[in-house]
Amino acid sequence: MKARVTVTLKTGVLDPQGKAIEGALGSLGVPGVESVRQGKLFDVELATDDRAEAEATLKSMCEKLLANTVIESYRYDIAG
Amino acid sequence: MNAAVIVFPGSNRERDVAAALRAGTGSAPAMVWHADTDLPAGTDLVVLPGGFSYGDYLRCGAIAARAPIMDAVRAHAARGGLVLGICNGFQILVESGLLPGILTRNKNLRFICKTQHLKVERVDTRFTSGYQPGQVIEVACAHGEGNYFADPETIERLEGDGRVAFRYCDAAGNVGGLANANGSINDIAGVYSEKLNVLGMMPHPENLIDGAVGGTDGLVLFAGLAKAA
Repeated sequence: MKARVTVTLKTGVLDPQGKAIEGALGSLGVPGVESVRQGKLFDVELATDDRAEAEATLKSMCEKLLANTVIESYRYDIAG
Repeated sequence: MNAAVIVFPGSNRERDVAAALRAGTGSAPAMVWHADTDLPAGTDLVVLPGGFSYGDYLRCGAIAARAPIMDAVRAHAARGGLVLGICNGFQILVESGLLPGILTRNKNLRFICKTQHLKVERVDTRFTSGYQPGQVIEVACAHGEGNYFADPETIERLEGDGRVAFRYCDAAGNVGGLANANGSINDIAGVYSEKLNVLGMMPHPENLIDGAVGGTDGLVLFAGLAKAA
């Protein structure tokens, strides 16, 4: 079973990298960019076909390692 | 004084810390590999050195915080044993849950590499007993992700309980402003655990242990630990 985990900074947490990208887009002349926030994306393959089991595993890996919930939130999407 | 320095893949300040411990405490520390599961018997102090453990992959300190030896470090801390995390070691301590908050990218996005003054917030802990109240010390900064962050409730608790160890200041002791180059909340450069037996700090006291190389303000911390243990 394949899944995609997205980790993003919580609202209100300073994202200097996002700000730098935002500035670079501005200097490239890309119009209409109001803000950029940078995050992380993980494509995960799980050795199960059971959706509930996959969700439990994904939640566990996010809480234990993939996200630091002091500043980050996460979501996961199971393919299919 | 029995010290143990944990060596992770990518640690690069473990020999400097060992030199500082030898100079300050009179005895050499044990060097403990991250994949070990036990600390040497009788360990008083565990030091997590600076560097780039696991290449800073995922988040600084995130993978090292889950290394096999860290269960033993957590147990040592829970028993009241001393733990000192410097720079990447501080990042490992927050990732491992031994200290609150997190260290994020420097506000100015630059790697900061310079000497830095710190105000010692309290001198009644086992780490700072060698300093004078309100003393301004000179140590060295070398980090890209030292911007201390925690939610407002956590900051309030840290401040209320006197758990801020050091703050960024200028040579005259004025805290914050341009002296806080990485953007840390409340100019925080180091924090203690609830029982004051775990200290994490971004700057490097182990760089300032020899008068011929910049000064000895850092040596005081290591010498103080020898008396405390």
